[in-house]
Amino acid sequence: MRIKIARYVSEASTVKKNIEYDVDLEDATLLELLNEIKTKQDPTLSYSSGCRSSICGSCSMRVNGREVLACAYKVKDGDFVEPMKNSAVIRDLVVDMDRAYEFNAKAKAWQSSIAKTMSLSQESMKINELQSDCILCGSCYSVCPVYAVNEEFLGPFALTRIWRYVSDKREEEPKEKIDTIQTNGVWDCTLCNECTLVCPQGISSKADIEKLRMRSVASGYSDPSFATSFGSSFDGSPSF
Amino acid sequence: MRSDVLIIGAGGAGLVAAINAHTQGAKVKVITKEYPTRSQTCMAQGGINAALGNASQDSVQAHIENTLMSARGIANEDAVRLLCESAPEAVEWLDSIGVCFSRTKDAKIAQRTLGGASAARACYAQDYTGLKILHTLYDRCNALGIEMLNERCLVNLVTKKPQKEDAYIGGATFLNIRSGEVETYEASSVIVATGGYSRIYDKHSTNSTSSTGDGLAAAIRAGARLSDMEFVQFHPTALKGSSILISESARGAGGYLLNSKGERFTNELAPRDEVARAIDMEIQKGENVFLDIRHLGEEFINSELPQERKLAKLYENIDPVYDLIPIKPVAHYTMGGIEVDEDSSTKIKGLYAVGECANHRVHGANRLGGNSLLELVVFGRQAGVNAAKYAKIFDKTIDTDEQTQSDKNLVEEVKKFTNQIDFYEKRAFIGNIFYNNAGISRNDRDLKEALCQIHQIQKELPLMGPKDKTKAYNTNLVEFIEFSNMLELCEIVIVCAINRSESRGAHYRSDIPEQNDVDYKAHTITYKEANLLYADFVE
Repeated sequence: MRIKIARYVSEASTVKKNIEYDVDLEDATLLELLNEIKTKQDPTLSYSSGCRSSICGSCSMRVNGREVLACAYKVKDGDFVEPMKNSAVIRDLVVDMDRAYEFNAKAKAWQSSIAKTMSLSQESMKINELQSDCILCGSCYSVCPVYAVNEEFLGPFALTRIWRYVSDKREEEPKEKIDTIQTNGVWDCTLCNECTLVCPQGISSKADIEKLRMRSVASGYSDPSFATSFGSSFDGSPSF
Repeated sequence: MRSDVLIIGAGGAGLVAAINAHTQGAKVKVITKEYPTRSQTCMAQGGINAALGNASQDSVQAHIENTLMSARGIANEDAVRLLCESAPEAVEWLDSIGVCFSRTKDAKIAQRTLGGASAARACYAQDYTGLKILHTLYDRCNALGIEMLNERCLVNLVTKKPQKEDAYIGGATFLNIRSGEVETYEASSVIVATGGYSRIYDKHSTNSTSSTGDGLAAAIRAGARLSDMEFVQFHPTALKGSSILISESARGAGGYLLNSKGERFTNELAPRDEVARAIDMEIQKGENVFLDIRHLGEEFINSELPQERKLAKLYENIDPVYDLIPIKPVAHYTMGGIEVDEDSSTKIKGLYAVGECANHRVHGANRLGGNSLLELVVFGRQAGVNAAKYAKIFDKTIDTDEQTQSDKNLVEEVKKFTNQIDFYEKRAFIGNIFYNNAGISRNDRDLKEALCQIHQIQKELPLMGPKDKTKAYNTNLVEFIEFSNMLELCEIVIVCAINRSESRGAHYRSDIPEQNDVDYKAHTITYKEANLLYADFVE
């Protein structure tokens, strides 16, 4: 089988180029194929991987323009493999995730205080069971179109993490969490649903963001873009 | 810039230590060769043991007895007692910071039975227990503003040995994977939390490719001691083709092990060493072995074992709801580790170790499922608190120049190695010879043969080296450093396995199948002096 890989090294004089590899493997995951190339053909090929079982979130990349986990994707002849978007490429298929992960801290994605009670019903637990399955692979971050216009957008995984804590019965100050996500947060999402389509864990950040919007409204917030246009028509200036 | 406490590794053990050292007021820095949430801890599925008695009658005493029974006489009873007594509080703490444990109908933390346990004792979160614990710990570290530096691979520990005094720690050197530069981080105390060494078995391991024992290798080079290195746990049920783990909870819930004739041949819920050996014996007879969970039903499998179904479909093209799962036992957990005392302290002053890379003598010859997540919470806290206290009274000088220069030279030298022999081939070769000669069943002749091979490969190391000479993000170089670390540990594992002329727990000698308490109810201690390896038994 023949696949094409986008190669890139950040060091001087090296340009970005696509390289094709012929590999004698059938019914293999993309990660198995990359390992085959690295150990048998080209040890300079760079990518991240870890658990091989879709749980560590290391090997997210794009195939034919779509985000996948290399360990969970059955590779096909003619596939084109590229690094994720919206993060700086360090080398080949490896991107720098530091900036992306910092949005967890910026969004304050944690339980605000230490909870006291251990009693939590099955129903309460089910509320954020799926959201707490997130493996931080960054696929949703890569596919999100909002970063083209707003680099400070807290982004899909950080907002899903906020919903995971806001919806948790052990969270004592959910209002504070809602306050934090009003700027560069829930209202900046276009609800395009791309994040849902690429999530390997079946999480829908779009749906979580919608739930956070409802919580925001319940807390007295409103969509700032809507408020602006509404407000501007009051002072007599034309509204488009 | 100097920190009070430097923590190497950002899995569960490292992060629990970081939180506790920070809470003591220490300036903490965590450095990992990956990112925190990518650590091996995320792969733990089964659960974390605590005698809560939420699902069945249980007691701390029963937890202690089960752990000691599985350890086959070489666990430290005081350490086991501390582990088990602290367990309910450890789980309560995880719950209090937001870990999404599965629940019982009466709103308590759900528990299930794992092998070797007399009760349903493992608290779980579907089969994502490790993932949810690790991510919640990471969120907690963010909440506390703990500094975490990513993608830096440990090279060496920095120590100083004043005349007539004990050696003490002063920091560590790392290869910044992104820049390709050697960086030095000074600290008054250092906690090694780098995980185990199961990847010496290469493809015959459930572990992440990162479990290469870097911290253990650096520790013994720096003068610390490693103990019980011959004890490697083989998980009975990994997918046959890919060594992907199928959690013990599948058997805990009632899954059967079957041979090609469709016959059950062992007690599925015996401790892991016994089940792994029973499966291995079937395989030696020419049988294929399968895990059968079909009778548990689709609904149960989807709610309790969602990962297993997904992985079996992906890697074996079978659906466990309708098909048998082909399995084999592979290396899963390394009981051996950096020797620590009852304070998590190593022989080097200010150097602590915790998690799978450490040996707190709680697992002995065979770890119980559900005790490793517990260990990292209980001893992670201890190591974090003690390292912070030590740092507070630290009044010595740190000079890292010599080690920094030496490691810069080392990285440059390694890149000049001649590449006449491919180290990836040797890595795969060692994995096979370890699985066959130093695996589930061992004997003197096979072990000595493997030792000869390891010695030969050690000699050939300068003929290997990375082919990639690039500075930025050179994973070929990183993998060579990891390979060198594993090669160092391989020799130790085999020497210990040869010396232990008996069978005990996970160390099974087919030539000497009896346990011999008169001569070997002791810990194997290894250390290096002037680059020579020494191995002794101590009580």
